[in-house]
Amino acid sequence: MSSNEMTAMTTSSGELLAENKVPFWRLRKAFANYVALIPYLAFALFPFYIIFITSLKSKQEINNLGESPFWATGIAVENFTYLATNTSFFEHWMVNTLIVTTVSTIISVTVGILAAYALARLKFRGVELFGVAVFITYLVPQTLLFLPLIDVVNAIDDYIPIRDTYWSLILTYPTFLIPFVTWLLMGYFRTIPVEVEECAYLDGCSRLGALFRVVLPMAIPGIICAILFSYTLSWNEFLYSLVFIQDEHAKTLSVGVFTELIRGDIYFWGSLMAACLLGTLPIVILYGFLMDYYTSGLTQGAIK
Amino acid sequence: MATIKLQDLWKHYGEVQAVRGINLDIAHNEFVALVGPSGCGKTTTLRMIAGLEDITGGMVQIGDRVVNEVPPKDRDIAMVFQNYALYPHMSVYQNMSFGLRIRKTSKEEIDRRVQNAADILNIGELLERRPKQLSGGQRQRVAMGRAIVRDPVVFLFDEPLSNLDAKLRVQMRTEIKKIHQRVQTTVVYVTHDQIEAMTLADRIVVMNNGVIEQVGTPDEMYSNPRTHFVASFIGSPSMNFTPCNLTKTAGGLAVRLNDDISLPVPEERAARYASYADKEMIFGIRPEHVTERRQHANGAQQDIDANVNVLEPMGIDTMVFFSLGPTEICARAEPSAVSNVGESMGFTVNMDKMHLIDPSTDAVV
Repeated sequence: MSSNEMTAMTTSSGELLAENKVPFWRLRKAFANYVALIPYLAFALFPFYIIFITSLKSKQEINNLGESPFWATGIAVENFTYLATNTSFFEHWMVNTLIVTTVSTIISVTVGILAAYALARLKFRGVELFGVAVFITYLVPQTLLFLPLIDVVNAIDDYIPIRDTYWSLILTYPTFLIPFVTWLLMGYFRTIPVEVEECAYLDGCSRLGALFRVVLPMAIPGIICAILFSYTLSWNEFLYSLVFIQDEHAKTLSVGVFTELIRGDIYFWGSLMAACLLGTLPIVILYGFLMDYYTSGLTQGAIK
Repeated sequence: MATIKLQDLWKHYGEVQAVRGINLDIAHNEFVALVGPSGCGKTTTLRMIAGLEDITGGMVQIGDRVVNEVPPKDRDIAMVFQNYALYPHMSVYQNMSFGLRIRKTSKEEIDRRVQNAADILNIGELLERRPKQLSGGQRQRVAMGRAIVRDPVVFLFDEPLSNLDAKLRVQMRTEIKKIHQRVQTTVVYVTHDQIEAMTLADRIVVMNNGVIEQVGTPDEMYSNPRTHFVASFIGSPSMNFTPCNLTKTAGGLAVRLNDDISLPVPEERAARYASYADKEMIFGIRPEHVTERRQHANGAQQDIDANVNVLEPMGIDTMVFFSLGPTEICARAEPSAVSNVGESMGFTVNMDKMHLIDPSTDAVV
């Protein structure tokens, strides 16, 4: 029973309670709920808080050990202007990251959808083995995979110059994104009742027609989830980016910030934090837009 | 003309043989019910007609066309699934018009057909809703509407009522019959509920273990079952069976149930049963043919007495259970004529309606 119904019931049935007065036990329960969330919030949000606070501090304030690190005395924008004027943050890193992330996500989700559909629905020899193989590929750590990939990138570079450009990343990110997306969507496609698809066949759809007109619309939450995760994974990717790209203008955010704002043992804390803050914004915005779809139950009502 | 012809139809799933050489001819506009227990192959047969299941052997013909290799989309068939299988991301209107839109029907024609189907099914006010906003019965109607709109040559139903509650099921059963009377089409209807099959179908096909046991009108299935299985499957409550010995007597033949009870076989049946004399047989009689003690209309009625074990009042009749040798017999009696549990009661058995089964072949002789 929702709290609204509950309140309506108590107010209509009993004169004992004054109008609109929330009973004490309900307040206590609400309070307890929030208290239970505090440890989670402390761990999850504290780093963001520090990033946010530090990015707003001036260099003097950061270096002044007398000041509390947990609070800012004023708002300084010098860290942000430093990023804009002294680094390639906006004109290159951000742009590169957006391009790499978007293109590799599109590639991975497209390939992943087709692969996952095939593995979830088609019957062919070795289909199960293939499914397991996908999962195992996903388990191989990137820290091992980058070594052979260097060879691959160099080999391709002999014909098409991709080394030191974001194309080397667009080509290599799908190696870990596709298995992940495929695995995730395979599970999702299996939850879609096969009868709905069969009904589409009887209604005159080919397999591809049924996939696009019926299965994919029903799989939107799963696809959104795949997009979000592969976007986040490539956005945060560090290792391949570090290995394949040395040119400062071709770097992505994660590596650019790390290599250009930490010089030897000197940390540009203010601009580092400002870069982190700005770097997370696109992801936050993306989640904000897609979260509603992600959580909505789209397959409801299809079957009994 | 949409006749359906199944010829020596087989379906294997690896080692499992789901359908084993079925032959069936379905006439134009005929309503045929495939009925049988779970796993008897009825749904597999239906899915092979629809094209959703590959055919291992044999032939499916719709009209003049062999459709073995024709994909479902080109068979011009509509199917109502057990779980309705509505498109959840479309409104009721879109659900119903989907097939027509795929086939590039004009907008006016789609509108006309959807409105027509909505009128038939009384779902005119639901057209803008999404499936999740509908009740089970409404979803069921939409699923049927989606099929009606298409005006297909064949209608397939796969246990369409089994997800509805009892009351709605009976109501929808009548609706389906009305719809078939209005929208004349060939219908193949799969159900495990023999009452549904009896009430709806022109002809019933009883399947068991992947083969057809018997095909016939509901009346034939009820009065003249040809196998033990059909005899036990059709009718509710189901037929009583008890082992017996067919003995020769001075007057002819008698069904000897135990040392005390021996029921003479009606004269006109004596010749038919003669070759089974002195053999162990199974005696079958429907509950409605074992009644409270009645006046005998002819020599075929026989009286027996037994103690009542259990009573099940149904309103119009009361089911009376009593022991006869190793088996328990169910009788259908007038409520006012029933004795109390534990007390003796007189029954009359109508031997004109008896069945005799040869246990070695399971055939009704």
